[in-house]
Amino acid sequence: MDSSITKYKLSNGMQVMLKEIHTAPIISNWVWYRVGSRDEIPGKTGISHWVEHMQFKGTPQFPSGILDKAISREGGIWNAFTYLDWTTYFETMPADKIDLGLRLEADRMVNSIFDAEEVESERTVIISERQGSENQPMFQLGEVMRAAAFRVHPYHYEIIGDMVDLETMSRDDLYNHYRNYYRPNNAVMVVAGDFDTKEMKVRIEELYGPLQAGDETVRQQRPEPSQRGEHRITVEGTDDTTYVSAYYHSPLASEPDFFPFIVLDSLLTGPTGLNMFGGGISNKTSRLYLKLVEGDLAVGVRGGLPATIDPYVYSISVTVHPERTPDEVITAIDEEIQRVQDTPPTQAAVDRAVKQARALFAYSSESITNQAFWMGFTEMYDSYDWFTGYLDRLATVTPDDVQRIAQTYLVPRNRILGTYLPTKNNEVAK
Amino acid sequence: MKQLSVNSGQWSVVASSLPGPDDITRVELSNGITVLARSNFNSPSVSVSGYLHVGGLFDPDEKLGLADYVSAALMRGTEKRDFQEIYQAMESVGAALSFNGATHTTGFGGKSLAEDLSLLMELISEGLRQPVFPDQQIERLRAQLLTGLTLRAQDTRDMAGMAFDQIVYKDHPYSRPEDGYPETVQAITRQDLVDFHKKHYGPRGLVIAVVGGVSPEDAVDKVRAALGDWQNPDQPHPPQIPSVTPLEELVTHRVEIAGKSQADIVIGASGLARKSEDFLPASLGNSVFGQFGMMGRIGEAVREKAGLAYYAYSSMSAGMGPGPWAVNAGINPDNIDKATELIRAEIKRFVNEPVEDDELADSKANFIGRLPLALESNGGVAGAMINLERYDLGMDYYLRYAERIEAVTKEDVLAAASKYLHPDKLAVAIAGS
Repeated sequence: MDSSITKYKLSNGMQVMLKEIHTAPIISNWVWYRVGSRDEIPGKTGISHWVEHMQFKGTPQFPSGILDKAISREGGIWNAFTYLDWTTYFETMPADKIDLGLRLEADRMVNSIFDAEEVESERTVIISERQGSENQPMFQLGEVMRAAAFRVHPYHYEIIGDMVDLETMSRDDLYNHYRNYYRPNNAVMVVAGDFDTKEMKVRIEELYGPLQAGDETVRQQRPEPSQRGEHRITVEGTDDTTYVSAYYHSPLASEPDFFPFIVLDSLLTGPTGLNMFGGGISNKTSRLYLKLVEGDLAVGVRGGLPATIDPYVYSISVTVHPERTPDEVITAIDEEIQRVQDTPPTQAAVDRAVKQARALFAYSSESITNQAFWMGFTEMYDSYDWFTGYLDRLATVTPDDVQRIAQTYLVPRNRILGTYLPTKNNEVAK
Repeated sequence: MKQLSVNSGQWSVVASSLPGPDDITRVELSNGITVLARSNFNSPSVSVSGYLHVGGLFDPDEKLGLADYVSAALMRGTEKRDFQEIYQAMESVGAALSFNGATHTTGFGGKSLAEDLSLLMELISEGLRQPVFPDQQIERLRAQLLTGLTLRAQDTRDMAGMAFDQIVYKDHPYSRPEDGYPETVQAITRQDLVDFHKKHYGPRGLVIAVVGGVSPEDAVDKVRAALGDWQNPDQPHPPQIPSVTPLEELVTHRVEIAGKSQADIVIGASGLARKSEDFLPASLGNSVFGQFGMMGRIGEAVREKAGLAYYAYSSMSAGMGPGPWAVNAGINPDNIDKATELIRAEIKRFVNEPVEDDELADSKANFIGRLPLALESNGGVAGAMINLERYDLGMDYYLRYAERIEAVTKEDVLAAASKYLHPDKLAVAIAGS
């Protein structure tokens, strides 16, 4: 994939990244804001996500109900995502229709109404979204594990927020949050697709240049102290399947240790796809799959190493075999980790992870939306160079690096171990 | 306001990017396999997908889930490679391949770097033609399938969907879940898998599409090399399905699942088959009703105005036979009656009054405008080509798509809506606590 991009700042501080791709008559436009659940405090958890919902509720120029229809009418797709560190909005449209997306994002960066009635109607929608998540045992378990992993750091809170806060936050809370974080100097704009860079720069200046810069946003800094000993968590519920999950505090994506960690994750639980809209591959030759699933201890295993701006956690999640116990699974995980701590993998195993990554890169480049996603996403925790250098940096990882990562990070003192246990129906309070 | 100009033209460029007779290669092999190929040298990878006429319709009631089990077992060991060798070969090069059992058909889908297409084709061929169903793997797979059924039993969305099918398709094969029930999956033996495969798997009617960084000639050669000599003289013809008896009243069914914060509801009836001439009017109507923008009129009523749900939309699945046409919503248990009433009121309006002109124009524009995006990836194009073949749409379908859409009138939409939906003859399925 050609990786040349145009990157610059407007005078109001908004960062712009442009990439011409002429393989299809499509353009994808994204605006990323440096605000997410890490910027929240008790009483207002979930506010970033709720603000994202309100961004679909209209401005004077594009009233509620007009925007979605306008985008759909032109054959476009649009959506938004709120994460730990960021919130992002995108439109992908036929190339000759993208102006609508550009205008809409400039408009709602500063002009959203946050109508009080709309806030109330959205309150129950978001509560419903949370209740849908609560139906899932892994959400229930993950919520408690995350809180245990981050006693001090605001990664403590779920992105959706706590129910009590969803019930009590006010319209003004939401609006203030919006005003504090939605401003050109806290935004990164990405456009990828079938356009001419010179023309696009002119149009972006017209639409976004006049927007007023605000004060520089200050993000709360509450570093998580080192963990001193393993946390063990149990969540009980009415579902009949048992799950085991392990979180290990992990390095930043911008740190050198992250790349050997990617190889270690690939070795243990299989390669992670690079396409945010699906598109990974199976993991049936990964070490933990072989040990747990081929060993009839589990029916599935997966891993995850998110890229974040403050240190986060590497996770291993296991669906336990109906006739096995969590302890058997935990012992087996520990044996596999011990193995890589004792003996580095072969060079061939490392080379294999690089070839897999090359294929996943190829799949991810088929979608212009996905290419634009990576330009902005990497900018949130590092820079686009992180993405373009990804394969080369993976290729420099040595077997000894992988062993060292296992020895450094995958130790009980550094982990939170969680189990979801089915309980008999009559023992569980509703 | 100034519109941004783009350096590519408009409709002409869009049209030329759509698959059509000029750039789809279609070859029928002598054993009855149809190969579709289209190159995309912008991409260093290839996508392969296809299907054959083997599905849950062939399952005996007491062994429901058999076709699905067989499809899941194809990659568990072949005459040439064991389970680990299959996945070692595939995952080492970042390739992926899976088989999936459905009601009428078994589908397969894979992808790899273009340089590894031969390997992908070999694995497809081995899986389809030479599976050996190793005992140990079959039991391991059984535990995984049973766990899947346990998860299904606790999933409000899945259970509401199943309850819906049991009302709408009473005494019809569509009432049977293709993944079976715990007792029927338990009843399936290894010999059942072997026999089912031997009898039903064959090349006649198999369709395979290859799209990506490979020439059509090369793609066809590789398919022919892998599957061209496959024969099964005993391969049965797909069974005929009976017609669906329409509901005569409102039928409600509740499934109790403990410990759930949210319930799912499915409200609707049996819709139409893909080949029905009502398909485009019904699809456009469905878009207005519960898809367009933020989930159409249903989203507007249930989510935007009443704030009752995070998701509330309608879906119309038209396949080989008449699939469900229904509204799906995730609702707090306290609000089920309220949501049901809102949805029924929307159905009533949908089947009694023509959609507004601007509503229909919006959905038409969406259907036409979204094609380039739907066909952006190799997988998207492969899926589209498969549909051309499966439903006899004609190779020029996408090229003529815009004019077909434009020809639909609001009277056509009303006729289709009122033919399949009636506010007092609906299935209402609810799953939750």
